[in-house]
Amino acid sequence: MATVGAAGVEVRPPVVRRTVPWAVRRKRLLVAVADHSVLIVLAIMFLAPFVFMALTALMTNAQSLTANFWPHPFRFHNLVQVFNQAPMLRYAGNTFLYASAATVGLVLSSVPVAYALACLRWRGRNLVFIGVLVAMMLPPQVTVIPVYVLFAHLHLVGTVWPLVIPNWFGDAFSIFLLRQFFLTIPMDYVDAARIDGCGEFRIMIQVIARLAKPAIAAVALFSFLLCWNDFWGPLLYTLQNPAHWTLSVGLAQFRNIYEVNWNLVMAGTIVFMAPVIVIFFFAQKAFVQGITLTGVKG
Amino acid sequence: MSPWIVGFGVFFAYPMLDNLYLSFNHYDLLSSPRWIGLANYSYLFGGDQQVWPAVKNTLWFLGIAVPLQVLFAFGIAVMITRAKAGVGIFRTIFYLPTLTPTVAATLGFVFILNPGTGPVNAFLAKLGITGPLWFQSPAWAKPSLTLLSLWGIGNAMVIFLAAILDVPQHLHEAAQLDGAGALRRLWHVTLPSISPVILFSIVIAVIQGLQYFDQAYVASTMAAPGSLGNAGDNTFVSLGYPQGSTLFYPLLLYQQGFGYFNMGYAAAMSMLLLVVSLAVTLLVLRNSRRWVHAYGGAT
Repeated sequence: MATVGAAGVEVRPPVVRRTVPWAVRRKRLLVAVADHSVLIVLAIMFLAPFVFMALTALMTNAQSLTANFWPHPFRFHNLVQVFNQAPMLRYAGNTFLYASAATVGLVLSSVPVAYALACLRWRGRNLVFIGVLVAMMLPPQVTVIPVYVLFAHLHLVGTVWPLVIPNWFGDAFSIFLLRQFFLTIPMDYVDAARIDGCGEFRIMIQVIARLAKPAIAAVALFSFLLCWNDFWGPLLYTLQNPAHWTLSVGLAQFRNIYEVNWNLVMAGTIVFMAPVIVIFFFAQKAFVQGITLTGVKG
Repeated sequence: MSPWIVGFGVFFAYPMLDNLYLSFNHYDLLSSPRWIGLANYSYLFGGDQQVWPAVKNTLWFLGIAVPLQVLFAFGIAVMITRAKAGVGIFRTIFYLPTLTPTVAATLGFVFILNPGTGPVNAFLAKLGITGPLWFQSPAWAKPSLTLLSLWGIGNAMVIFLAAILDVPQHLHEAAQLDGAGALRRLWHVTLPSISPVILFSIVIAVIQGLQYFDQAYVASTMAAPGSLGNAGDNTFVSLGYPQGSTLFYPLLLYQQGFGYFNMGYAAAMSMLLLVVSLAVTLLVLRNSRRWVHAYGGAT
């Protein structure tokens, strides 16, 4: 540990740096590789599908049907052509619209519920929390028929509305995750604000929501990606109307409309995956924290 | 709070009751529901030839794919925690597939496991092994989907990783002083300490197994050598290809409800799913007190 001198300047003991000979370093590296060999092999296997998908996306159609895996020649034009082959831009727009509208609604509606469950005391709170847990655990197929019938009666099947509207009424998983995080915030802050005459709504916005920024960011991220990747919802409600297809539905229908051009299908999947992976690399920390929160706190 | 109560009512409580009601009716969305009593249920448990194979497919998935997923995620997490370098990189690599949209991932696997010219079988051929038919064969379709699901264990892996790193170091040191080797420490220290997390992961995997749909849908419609009709034309027929081996319970439900518009029958099917899921959920809730308190969390 560095000691702090009288003037407040760090005084470090002199470090003796010994240069490690090359032979020793190489040996250490080899030992490390051997130590991690299983992990490295597995990692390569996990990356391989991405590599094959990317390479195939750059092949000619004829070549994608051969066993050669290296593109010859590279056809970067595929990534453009896929937009002409199918209305990919429209699909991407629909997907983005769905994911962002749903996410905004989900955050706005889930934070108050989580606040009420975590920071307020009221009769029936535990019952409602059990309701949240049950809603979180049940497969969506359990309630799909009546909800579909409901939207069919409202003549909304074939639009994006049935995908967005439920999110504006809160989402069980997000409520659960936010509540778990709110519980870790010391209630002293809330009590202090109350004594100062702050209303519950203002406490929620100015105290809790500020302190819980990472959790709210994680919830928003999860929600956006879940909607972006969602297949079941768009399949149910937009299959009838190609104008509202999302990327997932559009790609799954590639083979039904056109013969399977694997190079273009793969180009499509690359276009579909790219935004997700970009978001991930920018927000990796929020992700890992968010997932860990769901697991460790039960 | 109140919007959620409304939402809970409209999108959860009301549908559950309506679902129960519809399950006693014949309903095709066009004409009004017609009361037929228990006919849907007797067809579900007796008449429908497709139900038992679909249930068997789902049970296969729960019995084989789910344990493999948990074991695999745990194994990778343990290996990563033992790694001295590159923890962050490994975590990223193993997590990345989880982010891939299921449709994209499934399309990729159908291509990679393409029996004729796919990279995997081409590689096996170089080793002198004739690769299986993967998604084209009734025997290999489910194992292929299992491989796909193993590729996507990132969530469980990250949760395990965090839990293992949370195990107090002094327990490990104490065990080490008592002469316990790495394996015995794993068995006697790490495992008991993270048992709540393991239970949680198993439950999540089971719940997801019960609603397994996207991958099977995409794989069967892509792999089927179908006629090229209009959009959605041959979709409902090729579900479960080959030979119904990937027709999991949720796919059958979808086929009945939204392919043939047997809404009443599909409602009865979802009641069965509801009962099973509720049983699993209650099991967790009953145990949750024990495993939440293990971490001193407040409930």
